[in-house]
Amino acid sequence: MAKPKLAVYWAASCGGCDIAILDIENKILDVADFFDLVFWPCAADFKYKDVEAMEDNSITLTLFNGAIRNDENYEIAKLLRKKSVVLCAFGSCASEGCIPGLANMFDKQGIIDYAYKQSPSTVNPDGITPQTKVKVPEGEITIPAMWNTVWTLPQTVDVDYIVPGCPPQSNQIAAVVEAVIDILKNGKELPPKGTVLGASEKTCCDECPRERNVKKIRKFVRPQEIKIDSKICLMEQGLICCGPATRAGCGAKCVTAGIPCRGCYGLPAHVRDAGAKMISAVASVIDATDPEEIQRIVDTIPDPMGTFYRFSMAESMLRRKQTT
Amino acid sequence: MSFEPRILGFLCNWCSYTGADLAGTARMKYPPNMRGIRVMCSGRVDPGFIFDAFRNGADGVLICGCHPGDCHYAEGNYKCARRIPLTQRMLKDLGIDPKRLRLEWVSASEGQRFQEVVTEFTEQLRELGPLKLHDINFDPAHPDPESLEGVEHA
Repeated sequence: MAKPKLAVYWAASCGGCDIAILDIENKILDVADFFDLVFWPCAADFKYKDVEAMEDNSITLTLFNGAIRNDENYEIAKLLRKKSVVLCAFGSCASEGCIPGLANMFDKQGIIDYAYKQSPSTVNPDGITPQTKVKVPEGEITIPAMWNTVWTLPQTVDVDYIVPGCPPQSNQIAAVVEAVIDILKNGKELPPKGTVLGASEKTCCDECPRERNVKKIRKFVRPQEIKIDSKICLMEQGLICCGPATRAGCGAKCVTAGIPCRGCYGLPAHVRDAGAKMISAVASVIDATDPEEIQRIVDTIPDPMGTFYRFSMAESMLRRKQTT
Repeated sequence: MSFEPRILGFLCNWCSYTGADLAGTARMKYPPNMRGIRVMCSGRVDPGFIFDAFRNGADGVLICGCHPGDCHYAEGNYKCARRIPLTQRMLKDLGIDPKRLRLEWVSASEGQRFQEVVTEFTEQLRELGPLKLHDINFDPAHPDPESLEGVEHA
């Protein structure tokens, strides 16, 4: 019998998810053994036309990482959806927008202007900006234009499963791979569509070893401003920790090491908006009843949008900054 | 025809809903622009409800609770009072006028106050105009509506 086929793709992402897949150590040999790798731009030389030539539903599993922010991302997402039996949004970019999604706090023209003209480190005396077309001796070359808004994979095409994380932890990937192999080998039933694989239903706080007791904050601080106590809840020390609005599954690595949770494992079950949950969590530790004092304390948070929605701007309820 | 704002109101069961009731039974007139939802406490209003309201077409969101010190649950209204400034700041960062979100204390006996709050808020929103949110849902037919406006690359 022919081996099941596996594809891995990157859209708007950093490549960290691809590295994370390779990082599952000796399990990668099981993957190579069990699957027939048919497409993986980061690691193997297959072309888009190879995928186009395949029959529909001929790829057993596609791990898709990266957000959707240009025509190419979207075309390949649609193509891989058509060719795959199971399409999995792999990692934070594909499932919730992640860092590329923060572009939704700006508009396209503003991003291009800042990156190519205004930023202090830009040296661009000729004022060169990205073009979608360029003429070379052989003819005209086109590249896909950037979109104004970054979208997640499930917003643009039908997705079967989600593996969260920036990147997903290697032990969680290994567990997912094992489960997939087990399902395919032994003819077991697939989990229900929409299941979040390789993570828990609860929040990061559930895995966090720190003690929680008093909640009295009169000023929010950044990690470099204080000596962090190794046993007490980071939020109670005045640090903005996104643990209360983040899915467990990473093993609470950052918070154990004394770094506030940044939220890379996405939304816990039944939560629809990270920012909304974080407002409630932050409000519950503020020690004030006077409106002016509350305002003063809230103003000590430097960047609530970038902090609360660092990974989920593109899938947040209000999606993007409204520019007029 | 002038613009009629749609306001979603979250009214606390113990004070403000009764206050609104009093305004009604006392035949006090106020604009019909607010649709009220009775919640057990202003502290029950998750900021997600507010975002959801704006996402689904509200031009303004009004939250009414018991006066400070009068909360039926001791401090639910303080919880609300701590959430709103941060929510307003985030709305501002999202390009939505923070004045579209309003928190007011209205007791059960303040029918008149309720009348004033709704009248004033409606007027204010009428001046601000309708809230138009773009790029909220992905449209496969126009995956990048902005590109139609011809963003300059050169």
